[in-house]
Amino acid sequence: MLAFNFFGATEGGLFDINATLPLMAIQVVALTYILNSLFFKPVGNVVEKREKFVSTNIIEAKNKLSEVKKLEADLLTQLQSARTEAQRIVSEAEDESDKLYKEALELANNEANASKEKARLEIESQTSAARDQLSKQADDLSELIVNRLILEK
Amino acid sequence: MFFNSLLTNFAALEVGQHLYWQIGNIRLHGQVFLTSWILLGALLVFISLGTKKMENDPKGLQNLLEFLWDYIRDLARTQIGEKVYRDWMPFIGTLFLFVFVSNWGGALIPWRLVKLPSGELGAPTADINTTIALALLVSLSYFYAGLSNKGWRYFEYYVHPTPIMLPFKILEDFTKPLSLSFRLFGNILADELVVGVLVFLVPLILPIPVMFLGLFTSAIQALIFATLAAYYIGEAVEEHH
Repeated sequence: MLAFNFFGATEGGLFDINATLPLMAIQVVALTYILNSLFFKPVGNVVEKREKFVSTNIIEAKNKLSEVKKLEADLLTQLQSARTEAQRIVSEAEDESDKLYKEALELANNEANASKEKARLEIESQTSAARDQLSKQADDLSELIVNRLILEK
Repeated sequence: MFFNSLLTNFAALEVGQHLYWQIGNIRLHGQVFLTSWILLGALLVFISLGTKKMENDPKGLQNLLEFLWDYIRDLARTQIGEKVYRDWMPFIGTLFLFVFVSNWGGALIPWRLVKLPSGELGAPTADINTTIALALLVSLSYFYAGLSNKGWRYFEYYVHPTPIMLPFKILEDFTKPLSLSFRLFGNILADELVVGVLVFLVPLILPIPVMFLGLFTSAIQALIFATLAAYYIGEAVEEHH
């Protein structure tokens, strides 16, 4: 049943080379042109367009990233200067309020001292007035006593 | 009874018999053209479907075709070089696709169920005419590539690095197409014969691993053929310093 006719066949055989060869070659060349216009060109266009798109996007993204980093550094320095400025302002304000407090305290102290002094002086004058009055009354009384004693005589 | 019908269906191995078409004075192997037309038709339909609506965001078939394109580009680029691979990519790709589709089509489709008056359908690459046609196209291509890229300086290749190489390089021009054609022809035919004989002897289970091996061989042969073709072209356009 197995019909192995390698070379002995009158026609045919495994190595039967005929017009199939050039026609097949023409067919393959035609296929190359058909596949080029149907497959290689369109798919290549799409793939290469996408590759270009991706690579330009990557470059753009890299540029943007570096820009962002620059801005970030910029902002950081700005933040730093703002912080020191704020610190300066705060310490200045503290100093000022301290000064004001001290001034107010001194003023109040002075006032208090002055009124205390005034009160002391008043007390002193009143005391001396009272003492004068008392000594005058004592004088009056002693005169009265003396007069009466003299009169009784 | 069943076994007998199986035998008559599958086991009638016909080696070296052809379906002859006579056109005027020339004779053709009809079975080779029939199978190649069916397979190439299927390939073209597949490719037309995949490239019908190309999108920037590939889906389905387009994805597969783009993978294939990328695979062929890598093959051509690594073998031929950055400078001229674009010109030869369609040819290398066509060789790969033609051999691959022929080999796999021959192995996967149960052609034996189709009865022909003489010969039987099978892989187009199991016919020596097809493989010699492909190999001669490769030879013409590398000559053309070398001459068109380097002009007469192409023949420096024959005395590179020393003139002692001249006879070997000339011999190579004959052995290259010979080895290309016979490697492909022998592998595919051998695979078909092994599967055929095994199916004839043990129609169940046993042929299946051999069939898988055949699919593997078929794919590898397509890759080898395309890679070698690209390598020969690359060798011809390479600049010696």
